[in-house]
Amino acid sequence: MPVERVSVTEAAVEVIDRLRSEHGELMFHLSGGCCDGSSPMCYQKGEFRLGGRDLYLGDIHGCGFYMHADQFEYYKNSHTTVDVVKGRGSSFSLEIPLGLRFMIRSRIFTDEEMADLRPVVAA
Amino acid sequence: MAYQRPEFKEQYENYIGGEWVAPIDGKYFENTSPIDESFIARIPQSTSKDVDLAIAKGWEAFETWGKSSPAERSMLMFRIADRLEENIELLAAVETCDNGKGIRESLGADLVLVIDQFRYFGGCIRTEAGSVTNIDAETVTMEVHEPLGVVGQIIPWNFPLLMAAWKIAPALVTGNCVVIKPAEQTPVSLLIMMEIIADLLPPGVLNVINGFGAECGKPLASHPDIKKVAFTGETSTGRLIMQYAAENIIPATTELGGKSPNIFFESIMDEDDEFLDKAVEGLVFFALNQGQVCTCPSRALIQESIYDKFMEKCLARVEAITMGDPYELSTMMGAQASNDQYQKILSYIDIGKQEGAELLCGGEVYENELYPNGYYIKPTMFKGHNKMRIFQEEIFGPVLAVTTFKDEAEALEIANDTQFGLGSGLWSRDMHQVHKVSRGIQAGRVWVNCYHIYPAGASFGGYKNSGIGRENHAMMLNGYRHTKNILTSYSKNKLGFF
Repeated sequence: MPVERVSVTEAAVEVIDRLRSEHGELMFHLSGGCCDGSSPMCYQKGEFRLGGRDLYLGDIHGCGFYMHADQFEYYKNSHTTVDVVKGRGSSFSLEIPLGLRFMIRSRIFTDEEMADLRPVVAA
Repeated sequence: MAYQRPEFKEQYENYIGGEWVAPIDGKYFENTSPIDESFIARIPQSTSKDVDLAIAKGWEAFETWGKSSPAERSMLMFRIADRLEENIELLAAVETCDNGKGIRESLGADLVLVIDQFRYFGGCIRTEAGSVTNIDAETVTMEVHEPLGVVGQIIPWNFPLLMAAWKIAPALVTGNCVVIKPAEQTPVSLLIMMEIIADLLPPGVLNVINGFGAECGKPLASHPDIKKVAFTGETSTGRLIMQYAAENIIPATTELGGKSPNIFFESIMDEDDEFLDKAVEGLVFFALNQGQVCTCPSRALIQESIYDKFMEKCLARVEAITMGDPYELSTMMGAQASNDQYQKILSYIDIGKQEGAELLCGGEVYENELYPNGYYIKPTMFKGHNKMRIFQEEIFGPVLAVTTFKDEAEALEIANDTQFGLGSGLWSRDMHQVHKVSRGIQAGRVWVNCYHIYPAGASFGGYKNSGIGRENHAMMLNGYRHTKNILTSYSKNKLGFF
C-alpha cells in the first residue's frame, strides 16, 4: 500500500458527513493566495471546475482532494491532514455557515515515506 | 491615548433600495471581535432571495443614476468623503473592533485612504475628456463611455472599509449601481459607514448584503443580472468567480494575493542615515496589519554582504514592536482577524520549524493579559531558502521568511520564483540598479525605496496567479464602463459595393 498524501481527522470526518447529508457528494480544492488562501475549500462535487493543471492527491472520507500543480510543487514533500477548527472563514466553502472552518496541518514526509508515495495524477 | 470600544446595535440589517431591510428568511449570525471574542452584533445571514431583491433595486436605481451627470456623481463622492472624515474616529474604532487591527493603523492608514479614494475618483470623473477623431474628411469616430449597470462586489476582511472604498468609488462614479457583500468576519464597519452616508445616496445606488459565501456570495457572483463581478480573496474562490463570470459572459476582476519579495541591496548600508533607518522599517512592514495584507512583504531578500549588520538592526526594530491593547494608539500590532486565521498562521510557523528554517524571533502566540481570548501572534522571522513552503505560500500573518542573495541576477531569480506577482519592494542607493531591477520583477507593483503606500492614483493589481485586472488609478474608470464607438459618416454618397 503506497503512503497516502492526504488524510483527515475524526472531527473533520464528522463535518464532512454533516455536509454530505445536506449537499450530496463533495470535493475539496486547496486554495492559495490572499485572505483564506492556503485553506481547503469544500464544494459540492463538480461545483468547482477542475482544470488541466489541477492534480488529484487522493480521497478523504470519500471526497476527492485536489490542488493546482503550481501549489503542489511545494506540497510534494508534505503530508496534509484536513482538520476542522471553530472559526469564520470567508470564501464559498460549505462548512462556513456552521461556524467551522476546514484547515490543513502539515508534516514533512520521512525519506522512507518519500520512497513509497501514492502517485499524483491529473484531476 | 486610548480609544473606546464603540457602542453597537444588537442587530443590523441589509441596506437595500435605500432602506434597512431584514433578511427574507429571518436568519442572522453573530459577529464577534477578534480582540477578545466578544459579541458585536447580529448580522443578516442572507440568501439568494435577498440577493435577487438587492439586484432588482439596483436596476431600478440605475434608470436614473446611469444617466446622472458626472458633476452629480463627483459631488456625491466629495460629500461621502466629507461625511466620513467627520466620523473618522468612530469608523476607525469600529474597524479596530471588527478586524482586530491597532487603532494606530485604522485611524492613520485605513480611514485616511478610504476618504482619499472617494475624493480621488470624484476628481477623476470631472477631468476626463473624450476622444473624437476624424477618420477622413467626412467620417468621425467618437469613443463614448457608458456604465455597465448593476455590478457585484465581494470584499475581504483585512481592510474591510478600504477594500469596500476601492470597489465602490470607481463603480458609483462611473454611473453603475452596486451590490456589495462584505466578508462575514468583518461586516459591521461597512454597515455603520452606510448609516453615516445613507442620506447622501439616491436609493438603490449602493446596496449592502451580508451573509456567507456559499449562501450569499455565490448567488451574487453567479447572478444573471449583474454586469460585472469584482472580487478580492484567494485563488479557489477567484477561479469560481471567473467560472461564474464565464457562464454569464461578464467581466470579472480578481485580486488573489501574493508572496511579495522585498529586496535589500548592499548599498543601503553605505551610510548610517535616515534612509537606512527607512529601509529597516521597510523590512519590518511585514508586521503591518498583523501581516494580513495581500502585498505583505513576506519574503525579505537581503544581499549576503550586509546580512549580519542589517539583520541586527531589523531584529532590534521587530523586538521594539509593541503589542497589547489595539485601542491604544501606541500599540503597533493587534489581533489576527479570526480564530481560523490564527490557527492557520500557527500551523505555518510549525511547518517552518519542521522544514528546518532558522527561527530568528517570535514563533509563538502572544499572551495578551488584557484580552486572553483574543488571537495574538508575535512578529516572527525565519531564515531559510526560497523553496520552503513558508517562502511560497501566503501565510497572511506576521511571519517573515528571510533569505540572502549574492548579486542582482540571483535576487531577481529568487524574487520571481513564486506563483504570485502582486507586490514587491526594492531598496538601493544605486539608480541604475533601481531601474533595472524594478523592470525585472514580475509583479504589478514595485515599491522603490518605500513600501506599503497606497495612493489612489497608483494602479494596483497582479501578475501571474495574483489575479486579473487593476484597481485604483483613473484607468479603473474603464474597468466599470463599456466603451461605445459611434462612427458617423456625414457624406451623402454610398460606398458603392451594392
